[in-house]
Amino acid sequence: MSATAVHSLWTTAGEVTSAAPGDRFTAPTIEYAQLAPVLIVVGVAVLGVLVEAFVPRRARYTTQVFLTVVALAASFAAVIGLAADGYATKSAHIAAMGAIAVDGPALFLQGTILLVSMVSVFTFAERRLEPAPHGDGVSPAGTKSRAWGRVDSFAAQAGSVPGSDSEKAAVKAGFTTTEVFPLLLFSVAGMLVFPAANDLLTLFIALEVFSLPLYLLCAVARRKRLMSQEAAVKYFLLGSFSSAFLLFGIALLYGYAGTVSYAGIAGVVDGDIQDIDPALADTMGNDALLLIGGAMILMGLFFKVGAVPFHMWTPDVYQGAPTPVTGFMAAATKVAAFGALLRLLYVVLPGLTWDLRPVMWGVAIVTMVGGAVVAITQTDIKRLLAYSSIAHAGFILAGVIAASPDGISSVLFYLGVYSFVTVGAFAVVTLVRDAGGEATHLSKWAGLGRRSPLTAAVFAVFLLSFAGIPLTSGFSGKFAVFKAAADGGAAPLVVVGVISSAIAAFFYIRVIVLMFFSEPKADGPTVAVPSPLTMTTIAVGVAVTLVLGLAPQYFLDLASQAGGFVR
Amino acid sequence: MENLIALLVAAPLLGAAVLLCGGRRLDRSGHWIGTVLAAASFVVGAVLFTDMLGKGAEDRALHQKLFSWIPVEGFQADVAFQLDQLSMTFVLLITGVGTLIHIYSIGYMEHDERRRRFFGYLNLFLAAMLILVIADNYLLLYVGWEGVGLASYLLIGFWQHKPSAATAAKKAFLVNRVGDIGLSIAIMLMFTTFGTFAFGPVLEATGDTSEGKLTAIGLMLLLAACGKSAQVPLQSWLGDAMEGPTPVSALIHAATMVTAGVYLIVRSGAIFNAAPDAQLVVTIVGAVTLLFGAIVGCAKDDIKKALAGSTMSQIGYMILAAGLGPIGYVFAIMHLVTHGFFKAGLFLGAGSVMHGMNDEVDMRRYGGLRKYMPVTFVTFGLGYLAIIGFPGLSGFFSKDKIIEAAFAKGGTEGWILGSVALLGAAITAFYMTRVMLMTFFGEERWRHAATPSPDEPDVEPAAATGEPHPHESPKSMTIPMIVLAFGSVFAGGLFSVGDRFLHWLEPVTGHDHGHAPVSATTVTAATMVVLVIGVAVAWAMYGRKPVPAVAPRGSLLTRAARRDLLQDDFNHVVLVRGGEHLTRSLVYVDHTLVDGVVNGTAASMGGLSGRLRKLQNGYARSYAVSMFGGTAVLIAATLLMRAV
Repeated sequence: MSATAVHSLWTTAGEVTSAAPGDRFTAPTIEYAQLAPVLIVVGVAVLGVLVEAFVPRRARYTTQVFLTVVALAASFAAVIGLAADGYATKSAHIAAMGAIAVDGPALFLQGTILLVSMVSVFTFAERRLEPAPHGDGVSPAGTKSRAWGRVDSFAAQAGSVPGSDSEKAAVKAGFTTTEVFPLLLFSVAGMLVFPAANDLLTLFIALEVFSLPLYLLCAVARRKRLMSQEAAVKYFLLGSFSSAFLLFGIALLYGYAGTVSYAGIAGVVDGDIQDIDPALADTMGNDALLLIGGAMILMGLFFKVGAVPFHMWTPDVYQGAPTPVTGFMAAATKVAAFGALLRLLYVVLPGLTWDLRPVMWGVAIVTMVGGAVVAITQTDIKRLLAYSSIAHAGFILAGVIAASPDGISSVLFYLGVYSFVTVGAFAVVTLVRDAGGEATHLSKWAGLGRRSPLTAAVFAVFLLSFAGIPLTSGFSGKFAVFKAAADGGAAPLVVVGVISSAIAAFFYIRVIVLMFFSEPKADGPTVAVPSPLTMTTIAVGVAVTLVLGLAPQYFLDLASQAGGFVR
Repeated sequence: MENLIALLVAAPLLGAAVLLCGGRRLDRSGHWIGTVLAAASFVVGAVLFTDMLGKGAEDRALHQKLFSWIPVEGFQADVAFQLDQLSMTFVLLITGVGTLIHIYSIGYMEHDERRRRFFGYLNLFLAAMLILVIADNYLLLYVGWEGVGLASYLLIGFWQHKPSAATAAKKAFLVNRVGDIGLSIAIMLMFTTFGTFAFGPVLEATGDTSEGKLTAIGLMLLLAACGKSAQVPLQSWLGDAMEGPTPVSALIHAATMVTAGVYLIVRSGAIFNAAPDAQLVVTIVGAVTLLFGAIVGCAKDDIKKALAGSTMSQIGYMILAAGLGPIGYVFAIMHLVTHGFFKAGLFLGAGSVMHGMNDEVDMRRYGGLRKYMPVTFVTFGLGYLAIIGFPGLSGFFSKDKIIEAAFAKGGTEGWILGSVALLGAAITAFYMTRVMLMTFFGEERWRHAATPSPDEPDVEPAAATGEPHPHESPKSMTIPMIVLAFGSVFAGGLFSVGDRFLHWLEPVTGHDHGHAPVSATTVTAATMVVLVIGVAVAWAMYGRKPVPAVAPRGSLLTRAARRDLLQDDFNHVVLVRGGEHLTRSLVYVDHTLVDGVVNGTAASMGGLSGRLRKLQNGYARSYAVSMFGGTAVLIAATLLMRAV
């Protein structure tokens, strides 16, 4: 079956996407203006590759950072422009021959992704934390400004074997991996498309476009390189595994509906479209294909959002990846993946709401509880945040399940809130360092509040927001999501969510207690003084946390205005 | 004229603020400031009184609203004063006796380095007590009520370096708390029942309210009165309160504050009139306390504690009278005023004796002091004659009226209450004669008593300084005693001749003659008989025979009475032990059940977390299996839902 299915997949895909049936072939119409946000990012990413090839080594860093920031800013401006033109509401539109939706949720999520990427780029570009590449790597006292501040968190030469002579030479030469910036941009481009994808193939391609650069980025840590590479390999293997499921699910859905477009599949599910393709006469309308295919596509997305039991890559990868990458990945990936999940459930499979409900409920519950419970015994701050992100995925799933406009807007709001706090928190993690690089073991954070009260206080704000304490953005988000879920008939989920929040509060507060009420260790870590770049990231995180905690209404309104999917 | 009312409170309040915030630079002048402001308040009161006398009985009540305190929709609390005949009586008593005691304290506290603070507290007390009696609503009355409680606490514990004083202050405060809860509940009940707590509307609305609610309010008010006026069962603090300086005992714990309960009941007369059950309880409480205090007074060797028992007993008379309804209200207040004079005089006399006897309080170490302290002897003696009801003196008129009123209640109740009141009069005569004889007559036992008393080891200085040298007190102390003695002698007659006091108060409290089963003359005669019996028995026991310097073992009742009729033991066993058991069992429940559940949950979560964590073994293959299994379950569940 698969052979014919794959064969007809390619042929009919062309027919379905052709705008005018009857014509043999027409040139596709591409609305470049509506795709501008994606095109800008991709274009500059390509430009970045060329920079790597042609610009002298010492100028590359500045050029790349400049290009990346400009690209993200321009792209964000384009998103704002589209929203101002009304694409978010009344003139929502499906562009590029049905491949990409330009509507409220897409623009809102793209805006969020771009802003989060922007602050992430600042942590990527941070060069004052690592000690000098020359010499033994230990900063001689008093020569801070000269000896510190040359290299970032990424390997001197990603291709050199860890511990080899070539690595030492690369370090000594002061090389840096400026390729991370175009990689980041490629990844962002994929993320921009992912929640806007309006057919399954675009969805798959976007997934790969943003995943592959992430696999690479995970592998290029400057410290603990073996761990970093292990994380990348795991991520790659498991990511490919889940992609395979996703792809198989796409095939099955095509077999069921004879099309990969969201609207087409939805039409078949609802029974509106009944013209049977002769090549697919045996399979079309077979509900088993729909259910199995739908479940498999869901699984692919669950993997990306880090829902239990597809979450197991998360702690290992979050821990191994360079911390700026972890922050970016934890924030932006989640936004993109939840966006795609929302669109899939609201546009393609609303007819399956009742079939998928128990599965969704089950996944949401085990995700909330599992993430919170396992986090209790974690001893590494990055792994702790990884499990925290799993628990949060569960909370967001509760909002996704609400199946109402409020559900959509609350999830959009939560994603915005969560992503900024996450980037900020991981940015703080990059600051706490000892001789071996970042001091991520929790025991080293003991008494941090005594030595660096400001850093500890900022981190405490982020933790309180994660825990959903009132007056922080985490509370507003959680409240919106749980309210939508309760109104949408998922009150038991809310109960589980609140209990999980209570469990989760334990380990967040425990870190605060550790920082402020424990005696500092004699050989404890120091808090590095970052450049204005990382400071900006952290400041933005704190500002968003407090503003959305104290006065969330404007942004809630914005999210609810953006609440309608185009079909 | 009504604008002057606030001045009554303002003067002592200003004094308290100045003296308590002024610091050491006022140490030399502080007592004068305090005294002058107290006197100023008295002058204002006197001016208002003269003005009031000039008006007709119906127009005498004055009203002054200062400001809206809590202006909330449906809950209006004003700071407003009401000065009618009842309040006026109290104002004169409080400021008059208060001023005298301020003067007395100048001499009495001369050697105390914290005298300024003492006067500050006294002024604070005056201000609070005046608020209490001129408030025009129960909420403001409550402010004064708590204010006098605070002042009482501060003054009982004024010599806080003595553990006994600190403990006594704490005890008074705690016991009063129980009563205060009664008052606050009463106010809440009033608010829910009447929608207001101003005197006027509440007392007018009692006619249309169910008796059950009024009984509840009445009983709560009675609880409050019991706390403040040291009535059974909340009487235990008054004896210990004698740890405070003697002027405090005279002013707060004899003349004024402890009578606040009587004021409260008389003021709320309309509520009690409409709730006969509550009234009955009031009379029972009064009768029981009357005997209780008298019996305790018989057994005490500490002069101040004997007087404290007497105070308790006399207030029992007042509460009894107040519980009789319109028959007794006027006489309750009349006895309150005369008692204010003679009891304050007696306390000041006791203070004067202590002053001359190196602060010795044990009457078994007094004796024959009349030669050494003639002024004290005469004033104390007049107070003594007044309290036992010697014909012609104040107590004769006021107590006699109460006994008559008790009989006039009618029926079995009337007989029982009347008999109890008579019995009380006999015991009063006995214990007061005993005090008198032990202190001023007999041999001079202080001459050879140089060892500390075994049951009162913490009464310090007498033993240490050897034989005391009794002497008369300075003028500042004797003059107030003389003034009060005049009151003790003449007040009763002044009030009673022509029923002046009755006509004065009747417009506020109302009056009813009741149905006396026996004539007034018979009652008076009976009172005289029991008076003579009481005095004679005391003479037989303490006048004819020498008084042993060490107390004999005594009968069971005597021993119980020495321990305040076991009130502390009762409280200890029932309340303290009971409370301890309750808290212990609550702590047990908290530790085992609550903490058990909490810690158990936490431990099981930790355990679960540890076990789940093992699944995260670091092998990509295990992760893949997990994903594969998850997908299988996902698909199976989805298909199953369709199949079902």
